[in-house]
Amino acid sequence: MTGKATLEINNLNFFYGNFQGLKNVSLNIYEKKVTAFIGPSGCGKSTLLRTLNRMYDLYPGQRAEGKIVYNGRNILEPGQDVNVLRAKVGMVFQKPTPFPMSVYDNIAFGVRLYENLSRGEMDERVEWALKKAALWGEVKDKLQKSGLSLSGGQQQRLCIARSVAVKPDVLLLDEPTSALDPISTAKIEELIAELKEDYTITIVTHNMQQAARCSDYTAYMYLGELVEFGETDQIFMNPGKKETQDYITGRFG
Amino acid sequence: MPGDHSSKQYDQDLEAIRSKVLLMGGLVESQFKDAVECVLTGDVARAEEVIKSDENVNRLEVTLDDTCSHLIVKRQPAANDLRTVMATLKVITDLERIGDEATKIARTAKSLKERGALGSLNPYESIRVMAASAADSLHDALDAFARLDHKQASRIITGDEAIDHEFRSVLRNMITFMMEDPRTISAALDTLWAAKAIERIGDHAKNIAEYVIYVVEGKDIRHTDYVYTHGEQAK
Repeated sequence: MTGKATLEINNLNFFYGNFQGLKNVSLNIYEKKVTAFIGPSGCGKSTLLRTLNRMYDLYPGQRAEGKIVYNGRNILEPGQDVNVLRAKVGMVFQKPTPFPMSVYDNIAFGVRLYENLSRGEMDERVEWALKKAALWGEVKDKLQKSGLSLSGGQQQRLCIARSVAVKPDVLLLDEPTSALDPISTAKIEELIAELKEDYTITIVTHNMQQAARCSDYTAYMYLGELVEFGETDQIFMNPGKKETQDYITGRFG
Repeated sequence: MPGDHSSKQYDQDLEAIRSKVLLMGGLVESQFKDAVECVLTGDVARAEEVIKSDENVNRLEVTLDDTCSHLIVKRQPAANDLRTVMATLKVITDLERIGDEATKIARTAKSLKERGALGSLNPYESIRVMAASAADSLHDALDAFARLDHKQASRIITGDEAIDHEFRSVLRNMITFMMEDPRTISAALDTLWAAKAIERIGDHAKNIAEYVIYVVEGKDIRHTDYVYTHGEQAK
């Protein structure tokens, strides 16, 4: 099942000051597949996600060493344009983060940073992004209403639409449904299944069943290390490592 | 019928399992029918084909069990979905056993042909009625499973007694033949094995019917007289 790797992570080490958050992590993120990261709190999964689009740059004292190759370049190198990177490798957070502006402007804001579109073209882009995020039907008559007026599940889909509007290659989803009810969660999971036709997706989740349902590949992490990585079917039916099996079956020891 | 799941993939996965089970059911129904015909016609080549075709059924058993395991790990089915998957796993086992019993019937057909003249013993006539009852039972059980018709399932369960009764008839007949003419013993025993296999097929069909009731009503009625004390039969 292995195909082209959109992101190649090689010997990645990460430090919060003196504390090492990631230890020698190497794996591939495959194109147009969903890769899930599971593991107990503090294992480094969100840390790993945040290296993939250099989010950690925003915080002093945090540094990454090693290689993450995207489009033939190591994105950890100083010469990388992080703004362009963050458009191509978009992120959606656990708590929905709509901008305090209209639904329309939420989507248009990011697009305006990179592209010069006419009013008509922008309208089309906004509609397209909202349709991609399965939100258009619910907001098409209230595009001028504030993004904050939407429900939790809708806000999260708005954030996904926002990421999609700037035509990314990769979507990084950091516990995207942890704050949502089961029905909204199901809608987002259904959305992920559609989105992977067009985008490479990584998802960090505390919910193992979500990883089993949604992903093609699963990485189990513990204390900053990658314990096991493989096809989701394999990991959940017959994992190679006892530690993986213990975690998945709830035997934390 | 319950509504669709939020995940279309879940519904597709369930439907894929359902159609494979019905395919397996169709295969063993044909196997059974062909095997009984071989007893009538003495067509050894056809009997060989029936025996060989059991490989397909065995392969389906393995594939389907694996598919069900994947569904369980992926979806953690609950309530009626869980009962459906559990019942499916059991139906698969019963269907595979039916395939094995049909194979046994095909083997006795070959054996009977090789024995040659059997005097007044007519193996096919001896098992014909039983075979028809069991074939109906199996067909109706698969139909009830496909449509989750628990009323039809109840009828199949109570109907199994008739098949057991017919087996006892065949047994008495064969004993009579064997006592009257010891030269018929081998052929009579072959006929008995075939009859026993048919009676087992009837039992497996009854099992399938019991699982239908489990799925629909959530009650595991195996080893009880539930159908006699409830429903239409309790009159």
